[in-house]
Amino acid sequence: MSDVKKVATRDSYGQALKELGAENPQVIVFDADLAGATKTGVFKKEYPDRFFDCGIAEGNMMGIAAGAATIGKIPFVSSFAMFAAGRAFEQVRNSIGYTHLNVKIGATHAGISVGEDGATHQCNEDIALMRTIPGMVVINPCDDVEARAAVKAAAAYMGPVYLRFGRLAVPVVNDEATYKFQIGKGVTLREGKDVTIIATGLCVNSALEAAEKLAADGISAKVINIHTIKPLDEELVVAAAKETGKVVTVEEHSVIGGLGSAVCEVLSEKAPTPVLRIGVQDTFGESGPAVKLLEKYKLDGNGVYEQVKGWL
Amino acid sequence: MNKLELQKTANEIRKSIITSVHSAKAGHPGGSLSATEVFTYLYFEEMNIDPKDPKKADRDRFVLSKGHTAPGLYATLAERGFFPKEDLPTLRHIGSHLQGHPCMQHTPGLDMSSGSLGQGISAAVGMALAGKIDHADYRVYTLLGDGEIQEGQVWEASMFAGHKNLDNLVVIVDNNGLQIDGNIADVCSPYPIDKKFEAFNFHVINVDDAHDFDKLKAAFDEAREIKGMPTAIIVKSVKGKGVSFMENNAGWHGKAPNDEEYAIAMAELEKAGEALCQM
Repeated sequence: MSDVKKVATRDSYGQALKELGAENPQVIVFDADLAGATKTGVFKKEYPDRFFDCGIAEGNMMGIAAGAATIGKIPFVSSFAMFAAGRAFEQVRNSIGYTHLNVKIGATHAGISVGEDGATHQCNEDIALMRTIPGMVVINPCDDVEARAAVKAAAAYMGPVYLRFGRLAVPVVNDEATYKFQIGKGVTLREGKDVTIIATGLCVNSALEAAEKLAADGISAKVINIHTIKPLDEELVVAAAKETGKVVTVEEHSVIGGLGSAVCEVLSEKAPTPVLRIGVQDTFGESGPAVKLLEKYKLDGNGVYEQVKGWL
Repeated sequence: MNKLELQKTANEIRKSIITSVHSAKAGHPGGSLSATEVFTYLYFEEMNIDPKDPKKADRDRFVLSKGHTAPGLYATLAERGFFPKEDLPTLRHIGSHLQGHPCMQHTPGLDMSSGSLGQGISAAVGMALAGKIDHADYRVYTLLGDGEIQEGQVWEASMFAGHKNLDNLVVIVDNNGLQIDGNIADVCSPYPIDKKFEAFNFHVINVDDAHDFDKLKAAFDEAREIKGMPTAIIVKSVKGKGVSFMENNAGWHGKAPNDEEYAIAMAELEKAGEALCQM
């Protein structure tokens, strides 16, 4: 696996913004003193007149973007997930969500794979927060191909979108030549009959690795990539649950309020099914190398495999 | 409009404020009445707007950052013809487009939803920034409460506006001196307000009587001439202005008059209107 191409989805975000800048003059980009880290600096370099640094003032940045959107701009606002979804939650809710303005929130450094910065900067709650806002689309791409496609789709969509990106370089699992992204449509990556593993973000790769190991044990696992947590592809989730009778969710996010919760909400009403929620188990993260943290929190391929195996 | 016509219009707006809040049995009359002349001047003199085409692209924008004084803005929009005055008593009723705080999707003439304090000014700054990007001529006005400026976001927005030299932006602070918990100077003093905005690279204009149209005209005319920096107009007003028992009384920040109080308030405003007609 060492020859697998790895790209951090924050880099994909920067690249996609740069391409969007050429395609659509209405696209403008805001950051809050993190342009180097969020990769909006890539856009800034090409289109300095359409890039605005708001300084370290995320709440204000959300409001400015909302105001610009009323004039017809397509603002992408960026910060770390902790500050975009966390600190600025109420501004996103009232100035962008309630108004249903055409603002795209590009939140990077989500989850524990932030690594060494530790718990204050590792946001495991953003999907939960953003998902509660009526009309907010929540997208968590799994790799470079999907992330770039998601940014383009978000720009083409009219309304608020929350995009979640990571700091860590992760394997590219999708084939750019054939990949098609559609907001709200899950992707079945592997067929199986014993259990369905529904994953999002960098955990999609972990799920695929786990499925491979389970296969060696004679367990056939279906793997679904849910890149859009809201609106959730309920049809696909319900059909898979009925087909395999057991569901596992995997996310680099708290098991409270994220993908696991979203899947359970749907299944409890439409197709009651036993569900194992793999994710950050109601705890804060900690400092350490990202890959080691994913291992420790059992979100890597082996960790997912062991938990699924133990549960079945 | 001449000054007398503006005064008569403001008096009509005050009657609408009292009527709508009375009908809603809730709402914020105090800060609506303190800002009535500002609303009137903006919508009847200052701003380039068209009630028949509320979304025309080159219109001036207004954001009511102190969104709880929606009754004042609604009464002004109705008086200006954006929607029928008959809608005003539906304020805060289920199904009404007149929400407790402004909702841009529902009410004609609203450029932004607001109500969570400190957020409106950021949206106004975003509108002004977009105007600069597009080299558009429209101007952006936003009205803040003097209590509201305790919110840190107001200063984040001001820092950005000053930094970006947004001379198409006018921030108005309604300095009526009172907030829910009492005198702003006692609760958590924001004074000196003018020096704070100056420090954030604003051109600052102090108006010592927010209810004097001549003084408002002078201030807004001066703001138009300022290039290279945003303007803050700090207007000294009387909370509850025009209704004797509401004036300078924090208790009327967010309370509706009962039937008896309503009758007294309306009688006072009718009398004030008659006096204006005899001028």
